[in-house]
Amino acid sequence: MNLEFTPEEQAFREEVRRFIEENHPKHLEGMGNREDMSPEDMTAWHKILGKKGWSAPAWPVEYGGTGWTPTQRYIWSEENARVGTFMPLPFGIAMVGPVIYTFGNEAQKQQHLPGILSGDVWWCQGYSEPGAGSDLASLKTTAVRDGDHYIINGQKTWTTLAQYADWGFFLCRTDPDAAKPQEGISFILIDMKTPGVEVKPIKLLDGSYEVNETWLTDVRVPVENLVGEENKGWTYAKFLLAHERSGIAGVARSKRAVEKLREIAAAEMLDGEPLINDFDFARKVSQLEIDLAALEITELRTLAGEQAGKGPGPESSILKIKGTEIQQRLTELTLEAVGTYGAPLYGNIANVPGDAGSNQYPVGPDYARHAAATYFNMRKTSIYGGSNEIQRNIITKMILGL
Amino acid sequence: MDFNFTEEQEMVRDGLSRLVREQYDWETRRAAIASDAGWRPEIWAQLAELGILGMPFSEEDGGFGGGAVDAMIVMEEFGKGLVVEPFVPTVVCAGGFLKHAGTPAQKEEHIGGIVDGSRVFAFAYAEPRGRYDYADLETTAKKDGDSYVLNGHKAVVIGAPWASHLVVTARTSGERRDHDGVSVFVLAKDTEGVVTRDYETVDGRRASEVYFENVSLPSDALIGEEGAALPLIERVTDEAIAAQCAEACGAMKVAHAMTLEYSKQRKQFGVPIGKFQVLQHRMVDMYTAYEQSVSLTYLATLRLNASETERKRAASAAKVGVGQAARLIGQESVQIHGGNGVTDEYAIGHYFKRLTIFESEFGDVDHHMKRHVSLASQR
Repeated sequence: MNLEFTPEEQAFREEVRRFIEENHPKHLEGMGNREDMSPEDMTAWHKILGKKGWSAPAWPVEYGGTGWTPTQRYIWSEENARVGTFMPLPFGIAMVGPVIYTFGNEAQKQQHLPGILSGDVWWCQGYSEPGAGSDLASLKTTAVRDGDHYIINGQKTWTTLAQYADWGFFLCRTDPDAAKPQEGISFILIDMKTPGVEVKPIKLLDGSYEVNETWLTDVRVPVENLVGEENKGWTYAKFLLAHERSGIAGVARSKRAVEKLREIAAAEMLDGEPLINDFDFARKVSQLEIDLAALEITELRTLAGEQAGKGPGPESSILKIKGTEIQQRLTELTLEAVGTYGAPLYGNIANVPGDAGSNQYPVGPDYARHAAATYFNMRKTSIYGGSNEIQRNIITKMILGL
Repeated sequence: MDFNFTEEQEMVRDGLSRLVREQYDWETRRAAIASDAGWRPEIWAQLAELGILGMPFSEEDGGFGGGAVDAMIVMEEFGKGLVVEPFVPTVVCAGGFLKHAGTPAQKEEHIGGIVDGSRVFAFAYAEPRGRYDYADLETTAKKDGDSYVLNGHKAVVIGAPWASHLVVTARTSGERRDHDGVSVFVLAKDTEGVVTRDYETVDGRRASEVYFENVSLPSDALIGEEGAALPLIERVTDEAIAAQCAEACGAMKVAHAMTLEYSKQRKQFGVPIGKFQVLQHRMVDMYTAYEQSVSLTYLATLRLNASETERKRAASAAKVGVGQAARLIGQESVQIHGGNGVTDEYAIGHYFKRLTIFESEFGDVDHHMKRHVSLASQR
């Protein structure tokens, strides 16, 4: 047993570091904050990685993956976190891509995989509905067969960054009479330019426009956009969610964020002393670091299991729960650290044309600018991807056997 | 990176696991800790025979060339069975001092006896007013020509009633709480002037208050350099922390499994209580705390030979995280067992008691949180 990296892994780290150093756009360094970014900014790194063949490290090599070991992938994410790169959005690479290469037909693979890898095609996810969030199986959007088309009607919600999406993957009910709510659901790809698709932004409490309502009114979709078998969509949906959860721990990013938090707490003053010298505050930072150290080893143990051939199992629910709790606690402590200057409303909301935001008069230190917005925004992490309550239900059933 | 155990380590685990299962069942343990002796020397002899007591020593010292990972494996199995025999004081603590700082003559004299089970040690470091500061010593060892004169009172010396020998910390110079002037000595418990008052501890072990009244020690009783032992003590106690965290992981694993099992059997309102989501999520949080504890125990164990700062940070992180988990799992296990959880008859309460006392050995959560904080500036 040891925690050391092999010489080969060290060499890999050097190679990765050099590549990032030479290719990552300097003006995007450390941004990592969607509110500030244009859609071009958000895909810039993805497109560079696509050309290098590194945009989908976890995919099988035959579909454009890298063949890296889980440890190499871990090193990759650490090096990216060090610089604060904006990684490819998950919708194509982490979600629909694996579903297409695992369950899709040859034509679908040829049509869609290249655009996902290159970052030229922007995807969004149409799962949740106003009445079907964590209880996804109760979704109501219908797809009715009409010759060689489906006619789709319904309303989706929380469609993240759908305002830029070229394509979406949707769960629709194809058999309303199925015995169980999980049955009779199909996984359908929709070109977002199809008539009848309407995207309406939802303003979030941090002031950002990250998610949308998506209305589908008599949308005609060719049947060849059905992935896998009709009425078997639930299987693919669960497969996708398990993939979504691996990598959700965000250890490397959180480690970087703790360093940042320490820098802030060294700059902020309390009783004429740096805040970080205050034991009450320092203790909270240490607690966070201890939880994070444990999570890091837990993730490495999971990776080691994967390397030994054990796929991401229900253990990934631990990574989701602890990872998101730590991310939230981090943003909470960062907001605490910036003190008074957490209050001014900032945010150059560039995501919706015409909304200029309210940062005409920036006040306070730079690091305080996004503290509140990030804190508000990160409340989503324990809700999305299957809420943390649902993760506990998964562990209850799959691991504890209750 | 490698989280696998060697074939040899797996064999050790299997052997110990069998020993604990077959000879450390609940009723046998209960009878043993209630007996006059309070432990089972025959189990100790068996551990020696299996090579367990010699595992962490190098081959040239008469051991089997293992290390901290081996101690971790042993302690985890001990934790599962609430084994009371003094592996940590004897093998990890006394063995650690001898290994790191003993002279060839000291190693020669003591390690063979540890390995074959004939010498049992207790580590007398805590004092009534010192709390968890190893330098806060009222015990003194005054140089007197070629020897030392030891005076003082050591508190809650775990395993001392069973010990043939003691390792003692004492101040040889300087003021109370000075970092310099701390020394470590090894002596036979029957040395003249050593007085002990023996008692039981709440978690089923035995301990002593140990008084030294003008105990005369020859100069070769000193381990390591005179007055410079504090870093050595910290190193050895960090090793003890890693080992006891592994023990706590074993105990937490069993406590959690017992609680799960109970929740499947026990019915309320016509259904097993494990069907109630409010209890399910609490058992998930216990499970998560356990897994995080295993990770921190690995970290502390695998960092024992890293730089001093890294080693200390990892040990303190483990003591904090595992301590918090031990309290959570102990308390919740009892709560979910309901009334049965607070009876002496059910095993769960005894796991709770061991997990509770674990927290105060070698520094509690608050102490190690402070140490972790103070180390942050040294990175």
